[in-house]
Amino acid sequence: MIKIDNLFKSFGDIDVLKGIDLEVEKGKTAVIIGPSGSGKTTLLRCLNLLEIPNQGNIAIGEKELSFHSGTKLKSTEMTSFRQQTGMVFQSYNLFPHLTVVENVMEGQVIVLKRSKADAKKRSLDLLAKVGLSDRAEMYPHQLSGGQQQRVGIARAMAMDPKVLLFDEPTSALDPELVGDVLKVMKALAEEGMTMVVVTHEMEFARDVADQVIFMDEGRIAEKGTPEEIFTLSTNPRTQQFLNKVAR
Amino acid sequence: MVLDERTERIIGILSDSFFPILKAGLYFTVPLTLITFALGLILAFLTAIARISGIKPLVAIAKFYVWIFRGTPLLVQLFILFYGLPSVGIILDPFPAAVLGFTLNKGAYSSEIIRAAILSTPKGQWEAAFSIGMTRAQAMRRIILPQAMRVSVPPLGNSFISLVKDTSLAATITVTEMFQKGQQVAAATYEPLWLYIEVAFIYLLFSTVLSYAQSMLERRFDRSVAK
Repeated sequence: MIKIDNLFKSFGDIDVLKGIDLEVEKGKTAVIIGPSGSGKTTLLRCLNLLEIPNQGNIAIGEKELSFHSGTKLKSTEMTSFRQQTGMVFQSYNLFPHLTVVENVMEGQVIVLKRSKADAKKRSLDLLAKVGLSDRAEMYPHQLSGGQQQRVGIARAMAMDPKVLLFDEPTSALDPELVGDVLKVMKALAEEGMTMVVVTHEMEFARDVADQVIFMDEGRIAEKGTPEEIFTLSTNPRTQQFLNKVAR
Repeated sequence: MVLDERTERIIGILSDSFFPILKAGLYFTVPLTLITFALGLILAFLTAIARISGIKPLVAIAKFYVWIFRGTPLLVQLFILFYGLPSVGIILDPFPAAVLGFTLNKGAYSSEIIRAAILSTPKGQWEAAFSIGMTRAQAMRRIILPQAMRVSVPPLGNSFISLVKDTSLAATITVTEMFQKGQQVAAATYEPLWLYIEVAFIYLLFSTVLSYAQSMLERRFDRSVAK
């Protein structure tokens, strides 16, 4: 479903991604872990072109893009590529001027040109799925962080993406709210959604991931099954990182 | 109680002149304010969009325009339009000249308010809009502008109220708005102190009504804005 080849990205003089190769199969969940500054979030943001890589290849579904220094992507190319993925943000980024159900409807009506009635029906179904049916007519600021994040997931799902991207979806949440969000994510993974998740929740990685990717200093230092990474790894950087988070 | 002759005279002048001055306000000051504000907003909006479009010639034109009209006094701008342009054959009637002058001036100031409001919308809102597949134009129209509007209501309201008062400058280019009317009566009656206080009072009346309208509008728009 996703194939990344030799991906490079730098911000000014700082090289953030230094040759990433990665494949994620359809229906699988890849969890990216690693110290802050290792390039996890940048890699994720490259997948929906919120960052434009300097070099390399990204293929998602049937669409493939090659990047070279100085590539200027057409905006139609970018939007059609983006429409294959949905993204859940660390800070939710819900639209504050729209109600919860309008947040979920917005992309369906404006981008997918669904009728309002269809979009609303789909939105209410999704809100039921994330356990927020009773919040549909509220505004985002009236919701807790965990509830807002679940709306964020519903908003991303509403576009019927091939892949869901999660950028540290629980990092901004109070500890007692993390569980509800992870539960929704786990359910999606079990339904066969293809997901790429950047997170610090090692429990989730161990539990849900088909593939764990450990990133360090802009490279993939190690990847494998949760068992290979969390139990069997002999890579000193991986062990050092895991020790730190465990503490 | 018997009032002395002078007090009686002043009261007589004030009550006789109140409605003519108010009428000048309703016939000239209010239309001038409303027309200019509406046109100025449109101009301001286009200028703000041009400024942030990233298209070099548009950015340059917008910057130049704001530079000129913010950097020179409104009074001088009005004089150039009304007294200056006839010497190159462009003759404007007082009222259109005032509308043009105020519009150009307000457009320049308000464009900065609108631009700041658009730029103050958090980057995450753009990203969220892009992430659901919106184009830049769709994101601007559906996500950014509605939020920027809410942010810009209070400062635009302020500039609207200051416009009401600024229109008194139109008197200098012979528009018979309230202040001009007040001047005429003051000159005829030799009671400038009381007359101008009366004029000030009527301006206060207008801006109080507008302040109230502004706060109603703000309350209506008072839904949360992204942090």
